[in-house]
Amino acid sequence: MKVEELDIDERIGNVREILSDTQKKRGILIHAFQQIQKEFNYLPAEQLLSLSKKLDIPLSEVYSTASFYKHFYFRPRGRNVVCVCAGTACHVRGSHKVLEKFEEAFGIKEGETTPDLSLTLGTVGCVGCCGLAPVVTVNEEVVGDLSPDRVASLIKEVKGK
Amino acid sequence: MERLKSIDDFRKLSVTRKAETFKPDTTRVRVCSGTACAATGTPKVLSAMEEEAGKRGINLDIVKTGCQGLCQKGPVMKVEPHNMFYQKVKPEHARSILAYTVQGGMPFRQGLYRQDILSEPILEMTNVPFYKKQLRIALRNNGLIDPKNIYHYIAVGGYSALAKALSSMTPDEALAEVDKANLRGRGGAGFPAGKKWKHTKRASGRIKLVIANGDEGDPGAFMDRAVMEGDPHSLFEGMLLCAYAIGAEYGLIYVRHEYPLAVKNLTHAINQAMELGLLGKNILGTNFSFTLDVREGAGAFVCGESTALVASIEGERGFPRPRPPRLSEHGGGAWGYPSNLNNIETYACVPQIIEKGADWFLSIETKNSPGTKVFALTGKVVNTGLVEVPMGITLREIIYDIGGGIMGGKKFKAVQTGGPSGGCIPEHLLDTPVDFDTLTKVGSMMGSGGMVVMDEDNCLVDVAKYFLSFCQSESCGKCPPCRVGAYQALQILEKITTGKGADGDIEKLIAIGEKVKESALCGLGNSALTPVLTTIRYFRDEYEEHIHDKYCRAKVCRGLGTFSIDNEMCFLCGLCKQACAFDAVKETSRSFFIDQDYCTKCKACYMACPIGAVKVNKASKGQSVKASK
Repeated sequence: MKVEELDIDERIGNVREILSDTQKKRGILIHAFQQIQKEFNYLPAEQLLSLSKKLDIPLSEVYSTASFYKHFYFRPRGRNVVCVCAGTACHVRGSHKVLEKFEEAFGIKEGETTPDLSLTLGTVGCVGCCGLAPVVTVNEEVVGDLSPDRVASLIKEVKGK
Repeated sequence: MERLKSIDDFRKLSVTRKAETFKPDTTRVRVCSGTACAATGTPKVLSAMEEEAGKRGINLDIVKTGCQGLCQKGPVMKVEPHNMFYQKVKPEHARSILAYTVQGGMPFRQGLYRQDILSEPILEMTNVPFYKKQLRIALRNNGLIDPKNIYHYIAVGGYSALAKALSSMTPDEALAEVDKANLRGRGGAGFPAGKKWKHTKRASGRIKLVIANGDEGDPGAFMDRAVMEGDPHSLFEGMLLCAYAIGAEYGLIYVRHEYPLAVKNLTHAINQAMELGLLGKNILGTNFSFTLDVREGAGAFVCGESTALVASIEGERGFPRPRPPRLSEHGGGAWGYPSNLNNIETYACVPQIIEKGADWFLSIETKNSPGTKVFALTGKVVNTGLVEVPMGITLREIIYDIGGGIMGGKKFKAVQTGGPSGGCIPEHLLDTPVDFDTLTKVGSMMGSGGMVVMDEDNCLVDVAKYFLSFCQSESCGKCPPCRVGAYQALQILEKITTGKGADGDIEKLIAIGEKVKESALCGLGNSALTPVLTTIRYFRDEYEEHIHDKYCRAKVCRGLGTFSIDNEMCFLCGLCKQACAFDAVKETSRSFFIDQDYCTKCKACYMACPIGAVKVNKASKGQSVKASK
């Protein structure tokens, strides 16, 4: 969704009845980031600027809030996003080895994107599939029970995407 | 869907649904569609089942349920009316299951659960050891109903607690019942929910909020996810009852963004409940009104802390705020309105308390912590998954009877409870009964319910470092004790695990830990060093081994120990020599050996050896001097 299409009253939900205009504008901020990111896959500067104008919140504060949350990005992300779960269960079952394999295969470090924007590699706190540890998410899909062999075939699969 | 106009309307609907929805002799499969089972192939199994049923002309009622718990053996399903339980189902099993069980009434043996290869397969779900000792209250409907169908929830008795409260209880009576049941907050600290509700009710101001905390950020915990994805209506019913008791009109559910399916199911369920008139204005024709909104988090662990969560709802940086004012007080909650914040699981317990009464709840186990608790049992146990057990059960029962013991016959070392803020409990305390107070006494905490089992291959210094690095990177940075203290402690642990530890490091860690505990602003900061403190308390010898002997007994930490090749075992494949980047593995005509002067203890050879002939040992005294230079 683009900033112009943002309907503050609709998006804030039922609590709109008890909020002042300023509170509504503030309260919609994080949701707006999520919508912008869904559209652009990151937060482009010009979108943040128009958001700041629309909501009457200084750009510095918009940026301050966006930069606090790990989920928001200020640079374009890869077409495919691979996240290695770094939760406890995955950690004790060897997720760091899985991450190393991916880092080697794509020549990027955790948190980086390949120059051709084909892949972003990251880690995630816990996806809640601890029963299948170690787990990797490829875009939205969860792939679990990764043995070294399966990691190799998964890397191949991701490279083909 | 027609809007229900009165409580009688609802009662009629409830009776017809109970009679019609789950008729006992229908052929029905209840397939787990939780995230873990979906990842192991539920969608493929389902389409195979549908196709096969179509071919055979069987009228099959498929119920896609929420998480059934036994994630390790997924996808799992129950086939009715025979009540047979199948695990690790593959699409190619669909034919056999339909032919044997549905048409023939016989078990399909390959799909049944077995404890091990020698024991007899188990037919019914309730007889599987994993489920035998469980008692399900918060997860009562997971595995029974389709979360996307509100009629399923009503068919199993859903919303009848709400109808009971609206028709026969005053708000005060409802509150008194929850208070009497001594329901303690399932989010970690164990604060009695009844007391919290009373505080909020007493707060000045007409407008009040009910907030559910679904920001389940603890790594290794997924209890709330199971409820939000698998049984959203029981959460709503709990929130509705709370709102009725304290006189609130607005509700918010805060969900972390890593749970897209939870957001989807919650939103869907809210719409259905609105249509039926179970949410919205004048619920069931009474003057009680309550609306719900879902708020998505954006990946900040600290937002699970109550004041930070409120800040995040308001659209600010997720910084905790100093208390008082508490959330329940005027000026403390979201937008200053008094707010009652509870964990998802806490709300999910409420309908049962109202329906069956506080005395029933109190009759379940320990006096100070009645009821059940859901744990996410993970780590090195045979059966991982979600378990709901009565309080007072011992850790040993959970790990060995329900979890099936340690994977691969290894030796148990410790169990970590309470997520990154909890502690590690050693073997000699395994018979500790699980409740809020005893766990705190042994230095850990109940937490939200993560339970990670560790065996002899896990290094506890490394585990402590892992948790601390998590807390450190998730520290919001507002108050210095947490921001600086956690960082400094992490540096020390980094030193210890890379063989550069020095005398006095342990004492320094303890001193930092105590200071941070006293002075940090929020719960996350207070407990950031708890894993370090408990591992020092129970496993000090491991820390000392790292520091003085430069040795990690679990062989996890790099840069520790002395590497050598066991020539008796070695069959001269040469992989270790290939693996070594520093030419430390030398070759003679008949053997390999490691040149200690070149060895950087990077473990590459250790990992490369196919038969485990590379040994890591404690350095002998002479060598340890060399290593510490």
